[in-house]
This record gives sequence, structure tokens and C-alpha cells, in this order.
Amino acid sequence: MEEEVMTEKRPIISAGGGPRREGAARKTLPMPVRYAINAVVVLVLLVLGELMIDGGAINRYQSTVLEQVGIYIILAVSLNIATGYLGQLPLGHAGFMSMGAYGCSIFIIRMSEALGVGARDFVTGTPMALVLVLGGLVVGGVCAAVAGIVIGIPALRLKGDYLAIITLAFAEIIRVVMLNIDDVVGFDLTGGAAGLTGIPGYSSFLLVFGCVAVVCFLTHTMMKSRHGRAILAIRDNEIAAEASGVNTTYYKTLAFVVSAFFAGVAGGLYAGCVGVLQPAVFGFMKSIEILVMVVLGGMGSMLGSALSATVLTILPEALRAFSEYRMIAYAIVLILVMIFRPQGLLGSYDFSLSRIIERVMNRDFPWARRAEKDEPAAKEVSADA
Amino acid sequence: MALLSVRDLHVSYGAIKAVRGISFDINEGEIVTLIGANGAGKSTTLNTVAGLIKPESGSIELEGQSIVGLHAHKVVQRGLALCPEGRRVFTQMSVAENLEMGGYTRSDAENRETLEKVYAHFPRLKERRNQVAGTLSGGEQQMLAMGRALMSKPRLLMLDEPSMGLAPILVQEIFDIVKQLNAAGTTILLVEQNANMALSVADRAYVLEIGTIKKTGTGAELLVDDDVRKAYLGG
Repeated sequence: MEEEVMTEKRPIISAGGGPRREGAARKTLPMPVRYAINAVVVLVLLVLGELMIDGGAINRYQSTVLEQVGIYIILAVSLNIATGYLGQLPLGHAGFMSMGAYGCSIFIIRMSEALGVGARDFVTGTPMALVLVLGGLVVGGVCAAVAGIVIGIPALRLKGDYLAIITLAFAEIIRVVMLNIDDVVGFDLTGGAAGLTGIPGYSSFLLVFGCVAVVCFLTHTMMKSRHGRAILAIRDNEIAAEASGVNTTYYKTLAFVVSAFFAGVAGGLYAGCVGVLQPAVFGFMKSIEILVMVVLGGMGSMLGSALSATVLTILPEALRAFSEYRMIAYAIVLILVMIFRPQGLLGSYDFSLSRIIERVMNRDFPWARRAEKDEPAAKEVSADA
Repeated sequence: MALLSVRDLHVSYGAIKAVRGISFDINEGEIVTLIGANGAGKSTTLNTVAGLIKPESGSIELEGQSIVGLHAHKVVQRGLALCPEGRRVFTQMSVAENLEMGGYTRSDAENRETLEKVYAHFPRLKERRNQVAGTLSGGEQQMLAMGRALMSKPRLLMLDEPSMGLAPILVQEIFDIVKQLNAAGTTILLVEQNANMALSVADRAYVLEIGTIKKTGTGAELLVDDDVRKAYLGG
């Protein structure tokens, strides 16, 4: 029961000279209406999910898995910005996630001590605790974004495998720093190998999926703007983008940093969900796991990232009974997808609620006409309940 | 004063000197061509003027203002557009979106106006405006790349090997368009290996050989020059 605002791969351009089909004017929804429809759908789904949890239709275990699903959706969608839209291959997403997780939880632990907010307040959700949590998520995001700038500026001068290796190395550096910073420098920050404990359980269904909606909405808006267009142009052809007047260094760094910021937010939510942070969790395999979600779903498809994040989070839980075999099943699924759908499950397709509504308004159904190139609609919502 | 003037330009790739002190001028309204064999430094010169490569030394002035060391995206704003070698269209975007990217530095209102002019020069692009650029033929992609460069309303349009890999009939068509664009008031700097075609449209030409200028003259002069005929035009 997760819901997210989705984006199509490519924003429409404004000055295309009216490339609509000739003939009768096509009915379209004005932008505010589209936003309103999508906002209502997201709200309804959020409330519905919350009611089901309150009513007991979803038990405690299931709602925790749902929170994990939401966290992985944010991670996959954010990595998709760097991988699918910008076309780079960073392998250090877990590093940004851990920066966010530690930044957020340390901030919340220290501030709640200073302000006298107890662990219970986070569960009941007093206004003070809520402010603290949102502040913590922003702090986590900023920590990750700073790491993103530090890593991005040197790393983005490289391409392909070189970029992959340097980001991988940086993520490992972050992990090792988290592990040793207390012992070596004498701080009392991360708790070292024993882990950081005493993190209040502030993550909830509403908070996680609220963040999912916000992240998806922001990503969508960014990719639809001229900034997004610049990022897509860099993916297609960096030299041509530069020759067209795009500041490629700036936009590559921007996409990378935005991607890191959202990963940091996801890390903050993760900390509030599991309650204990250990550096070992944010190893190389975590980065790979997130990358697999993006590749499996289809690079450049937000819905694809979200769907495969959902499936790949729920699948191992559902297969717990066959724990010895589940990694084999997981691997087989990946191999099959790569053989039969190398572009990912959805390729670069994205779902658009507005587009579907407009099609219904125009009685323009895919089965009624042959493959005629369609102008993508604006904003979209997906919901799989 | 010349629109673009390049003085004593040196460019190296590490230890390899690609351009060794070349100087040339382009006046408003001209078609100027740089011809020469592979590795003569033609594309390097163009890319350096466009800001994609930093020169070792030398000056590049656009209307008396130095543009050396500016990033390529700033050079575009000054009114120089490069149509890069090998076309380099945005393969996953539609034709209209490609052209829109060409006008990235300009406002939407300006782009709407320029777009109609570009479509007037390239009617084929208008027909295919919703087609994904990667599915266009080579000639159409070349037209798209030229149209995209024109979208920034350049003072000077730099074309890098527009005839590369095209069928002879398309080469003719591309060169007709180059003449058309020039007649409509665009100054053009053309880099070509197809010396015959390039010299026949150019007002003036420079012959490059291993990073230096060997000869210069009007297109018509060089077309009948013995050395040039031997080296580039097949006797």
C-alpha cells in the first residue's frame, strides 16, 4: 500500500511549436487540476493505509516491512536520478544513506536530550518531536549532500567504470570512518562497531510514505524543468549538451548531490525504523542492492524503480520460509530479467494518471489506434495497493 | 574588424602538439573553410574556438573581445555555435526536443520564433518533429545537428565535417543548405575533408597541414591551385 507521485522519463518541452496531432483540438487538463487530482489520490491512499494500520488490517510486522519498502523506494528513486537520468554509474549509494542515517539519528538523539523530548513523544508524535524528526531528516539529507559534493566534484570528472570505482571507494571510506571515528579521534558519535543505539522509533507509515510522495514529487518537478532537461541532455550526449550551452559540470554535480540528499533522507528514515545503526549494514552489498532495484525496474523510470524496490523488499520477506534458497531465487530473477528485458522491466516507461484521464476524456484508447507517437502528459501518480 | 580573429593558437593533447601557431580571420557574412587531411588540426581548432578544449597559448577574439578560456556553455552565449563532428544529436529526444535544447540559452518566446525559421530551412525536420532523433537517417541527423546549432541564433556557425559519412546526393543537399544559411545572413566557419565541396562554397579558405596553415586564398583560387589539387583533390 504505497503511493508515490511518478514522473515520466522526459519532460515535455514548451516551445515545441504545437506538435499535437492535427485535427480536432485535444482536450487537456490544466496543470493545477492535474496537481490537485494527484495530491488527492496520494492523500486518500495515505489515509487509507493509516486507517488499515490503526484498524489492525495490517499488523505490526507488515507495517514495518511497508516502511522498509518506502525507504527502499526513496533510495531507488534517488539513485535513479544519478543512474537513469544523468546516466552515470555510482556504486556508493549506501555511503550517502549511512551519512544520512548517522547524521539524522545523532542529531535527534542529542537534540531530544537537550530539549527533554522522551522516546515516547516520538511514538505518540508530539509537535516538538515531529519538528525534531523533520529537522533530523533535513540534517541527514544535508550531511549526505555535503558528502555528495565532496565525492561528486572529483568523481564526476571520470566516466563509466572509473566513476563506479571511485564512488565505491568513497562509500567504503565513509563506512570505515563511521566504524573507527570514536576510537581514533575520541569522539562519542557513532558507537563504532557495536553500533549506535537508543535511536527513538520515529519512522511511521505516514512519515515514510509522506517522504516518498515528497521525494517523487520533487524529482518529477526537477526533471520536468529546464534543469531536468539539461540533465537528460548530458546523459544523451555530453559534448553536444555543452555545445548547446548547458553547464555540464554544474548539472552533473547538481544531479549527483540531489541524489545523495534523498539517499540521506532515506537513511534517516531507516535509522528511525530499525533503531540501531551498524556501519557493517552500509557496505558494498547495500549499494549493489539499490543499484539492482534501479536496473531491474528500468533506468530512467521512476515507477520502475519504485516497483522493483517494492518487489525486491517484499520478496525476501515472503520467502523467509525458504531462507536457504531465496538468494538463489533472487539471482535467477535478475538473470532472467537481464536476458529477456535488458532495458529493465519498464524500460523508460512511466505511469501517468493525468495521461490516462486525458485519454479517457478524448476517447483515445491504445487499442483504438495503431502506435502513433503520443505526447506524454504531465504529472502522474501510481498506486499499488 | 573581423568577427572572429584567431592569433597564434597552440593546442596540445599532453605531449602531442595538435595545433602549432595558427592564425585566421573570419569577417561578418563570409563562409570560411579550413581544409586538410586527417590529423591536420582542423577539428581541434574548431573545438578550441568553441571552448571545449583549452589552448596552450594564443588569442581568440570575437568582435575584439577575448573568449579564450571561457567554458563552452559561455561561448554559446557570446554567439558562437558549434555543430560537432559526428552529428551528436540527442538520440533519445525527439527532433523538436533536440532543437529546443539548441535554444537552451534563450527564452521560450525567442525559441518559438527561431524554431519556425529553422523549420523553414529544414522542412524535413518539421515533418519529423515528433520522431526520436536516434531513428533519423544520417543526413537527417546532420540537418538536425545544424538546426540545433542555429537555434542559439549564432553570430558565427561552426560546422565540423557536415558531409562525413553521407551519400553524395545528401552531401550536395547539405552544402546547398550551407549556402542558403549564409545567404540568409549567417557567418559560417566550415571544417571539411571534402575539399572539393568546401572550396566551391567558401569565400575564403585555409589549408591546414600538421597543425600549421600552409596556404590561404579564396575558394576559387585554391580550387585550381596545383598543390591543393595534388594533395586534396586527386590531381
